[in-house]
Amino acid sequence: MAEHVLEPPLTEADVRALALEDTVRINGTIFGIRDATQIRIFDEGVPPPADLTGAVCLHTAPGVKKRPDGTYEKLSIGTTTSTRMDRFVPGLLAQYGVRAIVGKGGLLQPSVEAMEKLGGVYLAIVGGAAALETMQIEAIEQVWWEDLMPECLWKFRVRDFGPLVVAIDAHGQSLYRNVQERAAERIKQLNAG
Amino acid sequence: MNPPPGIYDTLELVARDLYIKALQDIPTDVRAGLSRGLEAEKREGHKTAAGIMLSILTNISVADEQQTLVCQDTGLPIFKVLVGGRLSLDIARLKDSLRKGCERATSERPLRSNTVHPLTRTHTGTNSGRGIPIVKLEFVSDSDRIELHMAPKGSGSENMSFLKMLNPSDGVLGIKRFVLQCIFESGARPCPPMIVGIGLGGTSDVAAALAKEASTFRRIGTRDPDPDVAALEAELLDQINQTGIGPQGLGGATTAMAVNIEWAHTHISQNPVAVNIQCWRGERAVAVIEADGRVVWT
Repeated sequence: MAEHVLEPPLTEADVRALALEDTVRINGTIFGIRDATQIRIFDEGVPPPADLTGAVCLHTAPGVKKRPDGTYEKLSIGTTTSTRMDRFVPGLLAQYGVRAIVGKGGLLQPSVEAMEKLGGVYLAIVGGAAALETMQIEAIEQVWWEDLMPECLWKFRVRDFGPLVVAIDAHGQSLYRNVQERAAERIKQLNAG
Repeated sequence: MNPPPGIYDTLELVARDLYIKALQDIPTDVRAGLSRGLEAEKREGHKTAAGIMLSILTNISVADEQQTLVCQDTGLPIFKVLVGGRLSLDIARLKDSLRKGCERATSERPLRSNTVHPLTRTHTGTNSGRGIPIVKLEFVSDSDRIELHMAPKGSGSENMSFLKMLNPSDGVLGIKRFVLQCIFESGARPCPPMIVGIGLGGTSDVAAALAKEASTFRRIGTRDPDPDVAALEAELLDQINQTGIGPQGLGGATTAMAVNIEWAHTHISQNPVAVNIQCWRGERAVAVIEADGRVVWT
């Protein structure tokens, strides 16, 4: 259960070095994406207007306030359930070179396999802990696709962002799957008892 | 009797402030439940789970100090209003005041709006709309007060809602199996450690409403007065925590902080069970408007 501090863009070696239940803190740039962002990229076939090579992507739809100069002030930035957006993960890794997804609720087996094959990790943040998360986001640096508000493509500058837990590693291991397998076994015993 | 003067304006302001308070200030019983969770994870040596519980409690402190929202999900606003039976109140205007209160909280604070059309997904932008806010009314005899309970129900947990019309012959065992199956299917998604609400009996819609009452408006640590129901609450809490799903579904001793059951009598040939889950933030706020117009925040 090592502790890491990472600064994107991440390399394949960076993420292959992470093991389940290691903790990670991030400094620098992360991107915010949500359902509508990825529907545009993958279902409508519009390539993202930012380079996501080595990127860390956060599943979020931030609460923001637009300033008179057109920039955005952060109000409340938290994390949404990743499972809903599971089908987009292999594409983000394969087509755009994303290396890490930050989310809550976990990802399903096809994403676990894509992460193993292509070199990616899933970093679990505490869902609902938006007060802390908002404090660790220093600024909203850029926004694309404002017509999708609040599900735009966001570029955040973060400091000491975490602690994040390595919940799916780049070696085919998923903490969610391990926990669920044990839970299924225990429930079988409880139902029998 | 007549309500205090300016009651509809008061209701609007109280609704606005309740919405914001519920998003910022975690109830004391939930804070205590989370602290017990942290202690349990430390005791059991679950390092990852203890770290998560610590982040949750730190997050609550940050929200207290900075007066920011605990979670970014401003939910769908739900009001439970207990209206004193002695008051002559225009209920249509009361509902209108609550809607305006939600709209003012959204524009004045401002809050993220979540309300969309179910087919076109078009945003209303106001956290109000057709059927929103949700208003549940109850009338209390021999009372001249208005008690407002507000919960901005978040979506991660609300998406984990279940209903099953079991057979009477499935009995209590069938109920327990169904609840455990729901918890298993929910896994990490509803932001555990959670509050599990169970609605038993009634008809299908009543069971679902009872489950919501149990998950969202009941305090942690309360027990149903019926000893059979209370025993089932305790047994299910123990079993759910034995699954080891844990905080955020990453393993640990604290999958649920409470199991609350609300029930109604049902038909001889029915056995309805509904499950509704509340996330760890257990958001709710309460205010009372007294007969003289004073507002008491509890």
